[in-house]
Amino acid sequence: MDAILAQLLNGLDKGGAYALIALGLTLVFGTLGVVNFAHGALFMLGCFCAVVFRYLLTIETVTVDPTQLSPWGAPVEVRTPLVQSWLGDWGAFLVDYSVPLSVIFAVPVMLVIGIVMERGLIKHFYKRSHAEQILVTFGLAIVLQEIVRSFFGANPVPQPIPADLRVAADVGVWFGMEAYSVTYPTWRLVYLLFSAGVIGAVFAFMRFTTFGMVVRAGMADRETVGILGIDIDRKFTIVFGLAAVVAGVAGAMYTPLLAPNYHIGMDFLVLSFVVVVVGGMGSLPGAVVAGFLLGVLQSFASMNEVTSIFPGIDQIIIYLVAIIILLVRPRGLMGRSGVMES
Amino acid sequence: MTKFTMNRRGLLKTVGAGLTTAVASPLVLTNRAYAQQFCNNPGDNDPIIGFNVPQTGTYAEEGLEQLKGYELAVKHINGEGDGGMINTMQPTALKGNGILGKRLRYVTGDTQTNTDAARDGARRMIERDGAVMVTGCVTTGEAVAQQALCHELGVIYMSGLTHGNDTTGKDKRRYGFRHFFQGYMSGVAIAPLLAEEYGRDRRAYHLTADYNWGWTQEESIMAATEALGWETVRAVRTPLGIGDYSQYLTPVLNSGADVLILNHYGHDMVNSLPQAVQFGMRDRMANGKQFEIIVPMFSELMAVGAGDAVKGIIGTQNWNWQLDDAGSRAFTQSYGAEYGEPPSQSAHTGYVQTLLYADAVERAGTFYPPEVIRALEDFEFDGLGNGPTLYRGSDHQCFKEVLVVRGNEAPTSRFDVLDVVGKTPREDVMYDPAIFGGELGPYEPNMC
Amino acid sequence: MFSLSRKDFTLLAVFSVIVMTMPIWLQPLGAAYPGLMQKFVIYAIFAIGFNILFGLTGYLSFGHAAFLGVGSYTAVWSFKLLSMDMIPALFFAVVFAGIFALFIGFFSLRRSGIYFSILTLAFAQMSYSLAYSVLTPITNGETGLLIARDDPRAIDTMLGVGQSASGMPMPSLIGIELGGYGGFYICALVLIACFFLSQKIFASPFGMALRGIKSNPTRMIYTGFNTKPYMLTAFVISGMFAGLAGGLLAVTDPIAGAERMQWTESGNLVLMTILGGVGTLLGPVIGAWVIKYCENIFSAINTQMLNGFFEFLPDGVQSVAVTVMSKFVGEGWHLTLGLVFVLIVVFLPGGLVEGAEKLRHRFRRRSDTYDLAADAQEKRT
Repeated sequence: MDAILAQLLNGLDKGGAYALIALGLTLVFGTLGVVNFAHGALFMLGCFCAVVFRYLLTIETVTVDPTQLSPWGAPVEVRTPLVQSWLGDWGAFLVDYSVPLSVIFAVPVMLVIGIVMERGLIKHFYKRSHAEQILVTFGLAIVLQEIVRSFFGANPVPQPIPADLRVAADVGVWFGMEAYSVTYPTWRLVYLLFSAGVIGAVFAFMRFTTFGMVVRAGMADRETVGILGIDIDRKFTIVFGLAAVVAGVAGAMYTPLLAPNYHIGMDFLVLSFVVVVVGGMGSLPGAVVAGFLLGVLQSFASMNEVTSIFPGIDQIIIYLVAIIILLVRPRGLMGRSGVMES
Repeated sequence: MTKFTMNRRGLLKTVGAGLTTAVASPLVLTNRAYAQQFCNNPGDNDPIIGFNVPQTGTYAEEGLEQLKGYELAVKHINGEGDGGMINTMQPTALKGNGILGKRLRYVTGDTQTNTDAARDGARRMIERDGAVMVTGCVTTGEAVAQQALCHELGVIYMSGLTHGNDTTGKDKRRYGFRHFFQGYMSGVAIAPLLAEEYGRDRRAYHLTADYNWGWTQEESIMAATEALGWETVRAVRTPLGIGDYSQYLTPVLNSGADVLILNHYGHDMVNSLPQAVQFGMRDRMANGKQFEIIVPMFSELMAVGAGDAVKGIIGTQNWNWQLDDAGSRAFTQSYGAEYGEPPSQSAHTGYVQTLLYADAVERAGTFYPPEVIRALEDFEFDGLGNGPTLYRGSDHQCFKEVLVVRGNEAPTSRFDVLDVVGKTPREDVMYDPAIFGGELGPYEPNMC
Repeated sequence: MFSLSRKDFTLLAVFSVIVMTMPIWLQPLGAAYPGLMQKFVIYAIFAIGFNILFGLTGYLSFGHAAFLGVGSYTAVWSFKLLSMDMIPALFFAVVFAGIFALFIGFFSLRRSGIYFSILTLAFAQMSYSLAYSVLTPITNGETGLLIARDDPRAIDTMLGVGQSASGMPMPSLIGIELGGYGGFYICALVLIACFFLSQKIFASPFGMALRGIKSNPTRMIYTGFNTKPYMLTAFVISGMFAGLAGGLLAVTDPIAGAERMQWTESGNLVLMTILGGVGTLLGPVIGAWVIKYCENIFSAINTQMLNGFFEFLPDGVQSVAVTVMSKFVGEGWHLTLGLVFVLIVVFLPGGLVEGAEKLRHRFRRRSDTYDLAADAQEKRT
């Protein structure tokens, strides 16, 4: 029982991350009809928003101490963080909470990046073939990666969890189990709540605002909406920005769990495509359901009880499930007909 | 494009006109091979060696560190800089005037941490650039692939950072040499300290990266810990590069184990160790003892990538810049003066391998590979940072002290994340080469 | 059976000359060594095969690397168990890749568009994961499948051939060893044969039918045309080309690693084809060459070489030039590749071949004054 609860939490946690990444991708698919291979790079840029934010907070004054020498004879440098020396405890708090606070930093940055990408490059490719969209977005992803690499190198840059959230919570007790039967990292619970919140916000935005209504109408029938005299292009720019923001904040909050390096986007790229397609093209709820489904199944497939019966099942479960779902349901879980089928 | 023409010219001058004719007609190739007697004979030209390391992809940083070590070694061999470990190496035939009086040159390549790309790079160095020796790698896959290729082409390959038993075990080759230590030695070396620190009554849970290196490592560590009296609760295989290990970590907590052994390397370990710590494993009591995590194989860059999680964790290393022998001091000094930071073990092994090759050529008095190989085999040396070291002839593995290290609790910079806490003597980590099988093959090259 | 249209024949002749003279014209580009030329030729075969599926039917497979891998593993096993001769190795590589493609195609072709792409991707990724870990007894996992001196090699032992006195046995063709240039010329001949075959397929009624399916599948079905067998045939042929390429990789360099099956390899193939021009005969070949060239030549340039090249400049300018250039070569070669992708797709729509064609047309039209009217008309539309 405790093992099942723990794996369920693992699955939901993974699922939250998968769903967040897939959400932006499926938005761009459904509205703009663009196969965006740079979506992984947007996630990566989000991760590095957290890195940059922390870097800015920990800018130090460097003084050289000539009394101490390093092993190769250069004077040792003494560093003091500026924020701490200016703001004292409040500054220390800022540094400690850099990751969650970086979300505030990531939202405008990612919005701008998304809009610039769409206006500067992507919008010229709406009418081009999917093949050319793949080529240009893949090229763009590589360029973005290399830019990040030239600043931060290839080694992962670890991001700490705020000290207060570092302990593992005793989740089992909440469900009436014995103490310490299921302990779970607090930060993972925070991430789960965060992803649920962001997903809820995106859905509310699409459901209850006029903007969201127009976008949903555009996803269903682009021509008609255009004929009604609505400037759908302007709206779509913002949709792309929104997709970038969702991917970006998903990345920023994920950094304590997975130390980001410049390549992290590519590692998530294939997975996010699988999630989107399993969910069904052009369906937002589909992407969310598929994300959680794949996350939970991946967790359960890794249990020793399962792998002892099917060795290696945990390696391929995601792809196996994707194949079965696509063979049983022609358009994934909730896909609409005619989207990306030719 | 003209740029390459220029490069070609420069290269052709050094490689010699022989290559041009060889390239134009395949028939001449055999003649040339016969005339030269062996592959890429430098003859009267400057010898060229190839540094083939990952410069892109997950292990780019380790590869670039290694490259720095190589470039420094070339400088020292050519008599530039302060000479580094050439001054401390004993015995040495190196005089700081190049190799056999000729200036050493080098070419570089990117293996992308991919066996196919590694072999492509090695072939370019051998076929186009005329490299007489190829060196460098960050994984065992790359090492074995390049070593096999170089053996077939009759060019010596000095491996870089490869820790799997196979490189000098079942996949060993006459033309391949490894200075780095390997999984079996890690297991043997770490065991005494584990017994001392954590006692002989422990229950261990292994998480193992699911590929050759992980398996050999798991096998070695398991054998060493079980010999201490530890019990193995379970050994679980985890997919390579999975990122999030939570689904493998939760079962550890209630398994009855009180030690978690992470047979992960590089990016896998950078993710799995902090995640294990986040699950509260280090604050936990199990079977009335403090729960512990062990990472048998460490590198400085991994430790930096894992951040705070690495504090207090025990593992092994090939070399550490904080060692206080003459060789380590000399190397750290000249590396630090050159690049402004202390060297990593990746840079060290690259540097040492280059020096050892150059020294062997100098002693053999020729670049002819069989002679150089004989000079390296069973070569006993000291002063290269690891104490007295033996290049064993029967499997081309270096035997030397193995360092046991622990994550520094209070690092003052990103360079002292690991503390040396013990050294296991060379005699203890020696093993019978027969246990891993494999054969070295003949001295005479097959073809070029 | 061997007849070609005049235009196709000219193209084939020109293509053959280009391929066979590679050791000469690649010389000034710094790429005239057997290792890379073999890769040029083999990846061209891979891309030509892929183009038969993607170019003719529009079905974008993201799992072709699996067939490459199967071909390589089969060939190495043939070297280990049967003979060092390349003929059985290639035969079995093509057959096994074909069977594998039949299986994957049978399921994947039930869906179209991106659903098809993801199905092929999922099958290939499963193959990769298993080859890297669970199937290690067959694939030798991380370190790759290598030949050994004491392998059985039943046919060779029976005929009493092989077993050279020293070193590893080399792949051969009826007793001729295939190292270096020998391997290149054999692969080049295979490439020319494959190119010819793809010309025939493009011009055949079969090819026409596939194009028909691409442009309007519904109409094809309404005319009483069963599209399924056609699609599956195209998929299997394309898989067999990939198997052949995989087999040749093993022939020129007897090792087979799981990384050949990873999605990045499939992705590379897709990029090669699109970069050169989907559906053109020559495009995928050129795309493959451009990418392999960047990967092998740009990545090998280091600051030492750059310094040598910019030597003629004054000191300050030289160091600036070297610093700037070093971002694009050596460890930064990916940046060049990414920029090449973006620039080509922006300025040469349709890929290198089609883009060059369009440029040529425009250029020609501009030089012909009497065609101004047509030019103006084009602008209007």
